[in-house]
Amino acid sequence: MSIKQISVFVENKPGSMCAMTAVLAEHNIDMRALSLAETKDFGIVRIIVDDVFDAATVLKDAGYVHSVTPVLGVSIPDTPGGLNKVLQILSDANINIEYMYAFLGGKSAEHAYMIFRVEDDTKAAAALRAQGIETVDQEEIANI
Amino acid sequence: MEKRYYQPEIETASQEQIKAWQDERLVKQVKHVWDNVPYYKKKMQEAGVTPEDIKGRDDLYKLPFVTKADLREAYPYGLMGKPLKDCVRIQSTSGTTGKRVVAFYTQHDIDLWEDCCARAIVAAGGTNEDVCQVSYGYGLFTGGPGLNGGSHKVGCLTIPTSSGNTERQIMFIQDLQATILCCTPSYAAYLGESMKEMGLTPDQIPLKAGIFGAEAWSEEMRRDIENTLGIKAYDIYGLTELSGPGVSFECEEQTGMHINEDHFIAEIIDPDTGEVLPEGATGELVFTAITKEAFPLLRYRTRDICRLTRKACSCGRTHVKMSKPMGRSDDMLIIRGVNVFPSQIETVLLNNGYAANYQIIVDRVNNTDTLDVQVEMTAEMFTDNLGKIDELQKKLVDDLRSMLGLSAKVTLVAPKSIVRSEGKAVRVIDKRKI
Repeated sequence: MSIKQISVFVENKPGSMCAMTAVLAEHNIDMRALSLAETKDFGIVRIIVDDVFDAATVLKDAGYVHSVTPVLGVSIPDTPGGLNKVLQILSDANINIEYMYAFLGGKSAEHAYMIFRVEDDTKAAAALRAQGIETVDQEEIANI
Repeated sequence: MEKRYYQPEIETASQEQIKAWQDERLVKQVKHVWDNVPYYKKKMQEAGVTPEDIKGRDDLYKLPFVTKADLREAYPYGLMGKPLKDCVRIQSTSGTTGKRVVAFYTQHDIDLWEDCCARAIVAAGGTNEDVCQVSYGYGLFTGGPGLNGGSHKVGCLTIPTSSGNTERQIMFIQDLQATILCCTPSYAAYLGESMKEMGLTPDQIPLKAGIFGAEAWSEEMRRDIENTLGIKAYDIYGLTELSGPGVSFECEEQTGMHINEDHFIAEIIDPDTGEVLPEGATGELVFTAITKEAFPLLRYRTRDICRLTRKACSCGRTHVKMSKPMGRSDDMLIIRGVNVFPSQIETVLLNNGYAANYQIIVDRVNNTDTLDVQVEMTAEMFTDNLGKIDELQKKLVDDLRSMLGLSAKVTLVAPKSIVRSEGKAVRVIDKRKI
């Protein structure tokens, strides 16, 4: 039901992102989405990949500190108001969003995907499902 | 644990016996120095002291100090007590600023030095059944040669790996079932970290004891090393100027290091006035070598800040104990007028669950000193939540402020980005001096 996001610690200095993506490139890891939260000294790179186990292993071997965090993936129609509809549901259910980011839907141009980090992803998924919106699972993300 | 000593009659001698040895040897040593070391004789004359004024330990305070500056000025031969033809070895300090210190040894000096190291190994539970891996550097640095000699005297099977090549170190520990490890505490921590990464648990590591010295380390770091390696970690203290490791060593009580008083007289002085302080007071440690022939330093100021105690020790040893040095006055940083020892920063980090690998960067920005403590992010501390990391960072800043009495910046850096040291760790980068 939820998607596994890999969060990686990187220093906030020139070349550190590039060094990390080089590791992924070298091991043929395909990224679906990426977001970066930064502070003055360091950042957390959050990525959604096709193969979580592989990516986590190669990052660890390359000396990166990372964690795997469950996040919700929601497919929304790429039309005005698409995102708002989803957020309205979460808002009505009093669900707090810690962070979120979007990516466009790969092979199909009609959909965009939103990634949500919430405190209780089961509750959030249930609220969405009650309104007819299904969350995306790991397999579906891998096959985009 | 069975109480064992390498030289029981010396190590458990009565206070009267120790004083008698010290009185007699000091008188003899002062005469030896007066007759053979013109540099020090001149200092004595300037202070208005002659060998006749020194009748025993209680007269020690009359003698002038020897400082690192004297060693530099007298470099290389000026403080020798024996002609070169009687000397068989030199050792040299591993990296103080300025000119290196070169110390000379007769065969007799080496013999006594190795006895001191053997006492430390036996105090750590070593016997001729043990396999002792010496991962201190061999060469000019005293760590390797000293413990190597001590290990031979105890009869341990000695593996002279020297420092470096971590993979090979671990291979020997595993394949040859090393039971005692001798190295710097920071290298012990690094070896532990590496073995943990290889998936080795403490019960899979054959080591039972470690003898770690040559740099400052805290109680927290000791616990850390003991837990990762599954050993008991013993502190050992020494200076090249006085011989090397083994001037003092820890027993199983782990509450301070017994000074080998049959060879060294210890005093604690006020570092500012030079006045001798009573037992139990904190101050600068001063040593007088009473048995050394080739490099007989009298009242050598170590710059180490510590305390002495003659409280009875449960191990049965009677020699005075010194506390772990709280810092060297050379290491002591003065930041915005506040005295800061790197060991205090280490304590805060370890108390908060961080690894012992850190670097302190001191700089001066707009005429104000800045203190930046760089800490490596660890898998245990990392979380996807920026707020939580922020809290951890704030907690470190708060704890540092209450420990040091001044505000420091904490920077989280990538794992393994701080250079690992195989000898003494480079903990402080003071850019104000550059």
